[in-house]
Amino acid sequence: MTRTTRGATMVALGATVALLATACAGQGTGGQGEEETTEPGAPVTITWWHNSNTGDGKKYYDKVAADFEAANEGVTVEVSAMQHEDMLTKLDAAFQAGDAPDVFMERGGGELAAHVEAGLLKDISEPAADTISTIEPYMSGFQVDGASYALPFSIGVVGFWYNKAIFEDAGIEGTPSTMDGLYDVFDKLKASGTTPLSVGAGDKWPAAHYWYYNVIRECSSETLAAAIADVDYSDPCFVKAGEDLEELIDTEPFNKGFLSTPAQSGATSASGLLATGKVAMELAGHWEPGVMQGLTEDGTGLGDNTGWFPYPSIEGQQGTEFAQMGGGDAWAVSNSSPDAAVDFAAYLISDEVQQGFAELDMGLPTNPTASGSVSDPALSELLTVRDGAPEIQLYLDTLLGTSIGGAMNDEIALLFAGKATPQDVVDAVQSAAEAEM
Amino acid sequence: MWRKRAEIAFFVAPALALLVAFVAVPVATAVQMSLYRWKGFGPMVDFVGLANYVSVLTNDVFTDALVHNLIIVVGSILLQLPLGLAIALLLNRKMWGQGLLRTIIFVPYVLAEVIAGVVWFQLLQPQYGVIDTMLAAVGLQGPDQGFLGTPEYALWTVLVVLTWKYLGLAVILFLAGLQGVPEELYEAAQLDGASWWQVQRRITIPLLGPTMRTWGFLSMIGSLQLFDMVWILTGGGPANATTTMATFLVNEGTKRQNFGIAGAASVVLFVVALVLALAYQRFILSRDSKEDEA
Repeated sequence: MTRTTRGATMVALGATVALLATACAGQGTGGQGEEETTEPGAPVTITWWHNSNTGDGKKYYDKVAADFEAANEGVTVEVSAMQHEDMLTKLDAAFQAGDAPDVFMERGGGELAAHVEAGLLKDISEPAADTISTIEPYMSGFQVDGASYALPFSIGVVGFWYNKAIFEDAGIEGTPSTMDGLYDVFDKLKASGTTPLSVGAGDKWPAAHYWYYNVIRECSSETLAAAIADVDYSDPCFVKAGEDLEELIDTEPFNKGFLSTPAQSGATSASGLLATGKVAMELAGHWEPGVMQGLTEDGTGLGDNTGWFPYPSIEGQQGTEFAQMGGGDAWAVSNSSPDAAVDFAAYLISDEVQQGFAELDMGLPTNPTASGSVSDPALSELLTVRDGAPEIQLYLDTLLGTSIGGAMNDEIALLFAGKATPQDVVDAVQSAAEAEM
Repeated sequence: MWRKRAEIAFFVAPALALLVAFVAVPVATAVQMSLYRWKGFGPMVDFVGLANYVSVLTNDVFTDALVHNLIIVVGSILLQLPLGLAIALLLNRKMWGQGLLRTIIFVPYVLAEVIAGVVWFQLLQPQYGVIDTMLAAVGLQGPDQGFLGTPEYALWTVLVVLTWKYLGLAVILFLAGLQGVPEELYEAAQLDGASWWQVQRRITIPLLGPTMRTWGFLSMIGSLQLFDMVWILTGGGPANATTTMATFLVNEGTKRQNFGIAGAASVVLFVVALVLALAYQRFILSRDSKEDEA
C-alpha cells in the first residue's frame, strides 16, 4: 500500500516539475508582433495550416508546398493538414497564445476584422497587390479600412440544391426564379407526396440563411452597408425580410421536426434527408455535394440527380437583382511572418495552383483562369451564377462577427419556432451590435 | 518538528501545485475575464467593470436557464428518489436473477454520456425514430416537431432521459446503504411481528437517510452543472427551451466569443452552486454529522 502511494506521489511530483518546465519554456517562445527580418537567401521556415487532410487534396497541397520550396531557395514550408474542426480549435488556441502559423485560413467579415484589431494579421495590400487585382470581385469581405488582410481562394454561393428525379416525378419543369414560382413548386411536391424542403434549424445557421437572403433581396446593398456602419437597422427592409420568411414558413414546406434537425450529421440531418431522397430540396452552399456523398452508402450522394438553382427574387425588392450570398476561405498571413509567407499565400492563388485545385474539385477557385477547370456539372452551374453575379454578399453572420451573428441566428431560429416576430430579429441584431460598440 | 513540516510540505506540494494550476488559476482567470470585454485573443485591455454581470443577469435566456437548472434539480430528486428507493428495496430481497437485474439498472450510468445522448437523439427523431415508429404502430402520433423539437416537451424529455441515465447511481448507492443496516434490527422487528412494509418504513428508510441525503447532494450538483446531455440532445433549443447555465456559457464563450459574458456566467453558476451546496450542507447534511457527534 505504502509503495503505490509513494509511487503516485512521485508521478504527481514529476508532473508538477514537467508543468513548471513547460511554463518556463513557454515564455521564451513568445514573439507576437515582432517582425522577423530576414536577409535575402537566408534560410526561412514558414508554417502552413490547411484542412485538406485526406486523399488527393492532401497530396496536392504537399506537392504545392514542395514546388514552392524548389522555386524559392532557402525556404522551407512546414505543412500541417488537419481536420476542419480540429484546425479551428487549434487556431483559436494559437491566437490566444500569440503563436499563430504563418499562413492559415480566414473566413472574412467580422471575425477577420477582430483579428486585425488584435494585431494578428499582416496587411498584404502592397506585397500581394498583383494577386489582389486578379481576385478583386471577392476581396471586399477580406478588407478592413481599405487594407487587404487575406486572399480568398475558394468562394461559393448559397442556393437550392434539388433532386432532379423527384422534380420530374412531380411534373415540375425548369426551376423557379420568383417566390411565387417557389411556392408553386412546394404545392406540386406536396401533391406528389414529397416533403419539399429540409432545413437544419437545430444548428441555426442553415435556417438563418433564409433570412440573410431575404435581407439581400429586400435591402439595397447601400442600405445594408449603411446599417452596419452606423449600427442602425431601422430601415423597414429588415423587418420585411422577416415577414417574407414568415410567409415561407407558413406554407409548411419543411421536413417534420426541422427545429431539432442538425445540418449535416447523419442520415436524418437536413443534408442526409436530401441525399437519401426523403425531401426534394435544401438551401445550402457549395459544400453540399461533398456532404451528401459522405452521407450515402455508395458515396455518390444524389449523383446525376444533383441539381442547383439560385435563391428566387422577391417582388418589389430593393436589393440588386441576381445578387448572391456566399462566402468561403482565404489565406491570411500572420503579422509576425517573414515576407516569404506572403509570397507563398500569393502563390496559392496563382493560375497554376488554382487550376489544379479546381481540377480536383477541392473548392470553387477565385482566380478566373481556373473557372473552366471545375469538372462537377452542378458545381459549374453554381460557378456560372457566381461569376455572373453583380455582387456577392458575405454570409451575414460571418460579416457581422460571431457575437452579433450568434445573437442574430438564435433569434432567427426562434422565428422558425414561432417564438419571435420579424421585429424581434431586427431588435436582437440591433442590441447585439450596440453591445459591440 | 521541522522535519515533520518538511515531510508534510513535500507530500502536499505536488497535489497543491496541481490544484493551483488546474483549479485555482482557471477560476481566477474566469473572474478576471468576467471584468473585461475580450474576444479570446489579443491582450485583455477593455475593462468594463460589472457590465458583463448586468448583461448576464438581465438576459432572459440566462434567467430561463437558471430556472431550467432548478427544475432539473427538483425534478431529478422527485423522480429518482422514489423510483430508486423502490427498485433498491426490491433488489435487496433475495430473488432469482438479482445480479442480472442490478446490472441492467446500472448499465445506463456506466455508459458514456455522449453515447447515451446520441442513442436517445436517434430514438427520439420525429418520423424516422424508433419511438415515433412505435407510437405510429399503436395508432398514436408524436408531436409534429418531435419530442426534442417541441419547446413545450423538450425539457421534460431531457428530464426523462436524465432519469434513465442516473437512476442506476441512486439504486447502487441505496443498495450499498442497505448493506449497512444491521441484521439484528430486522430480526428484532420480526420477533415483534412487524410487517414487511412496517420494517421498511420504520427501520430501513430512516437508516438509509444519510445515504439518501448524500445522493441528493450529488444529484443537485450534477443537475446544476448539467451540460453534455442537453448539448447533444437539443443544444439548448428549441427556442432556448432547454438551455442550462452551462450551455449558455459555452454558447456565449466558444460559439460567440464573448468570453467576458461567459466568464460572468460561469462565476454566477459557481456562486449559485456554492450557495446551494452550503445551504444543503447547513440544513440537510448537518443532521448526519450531528447524529455522529451525539
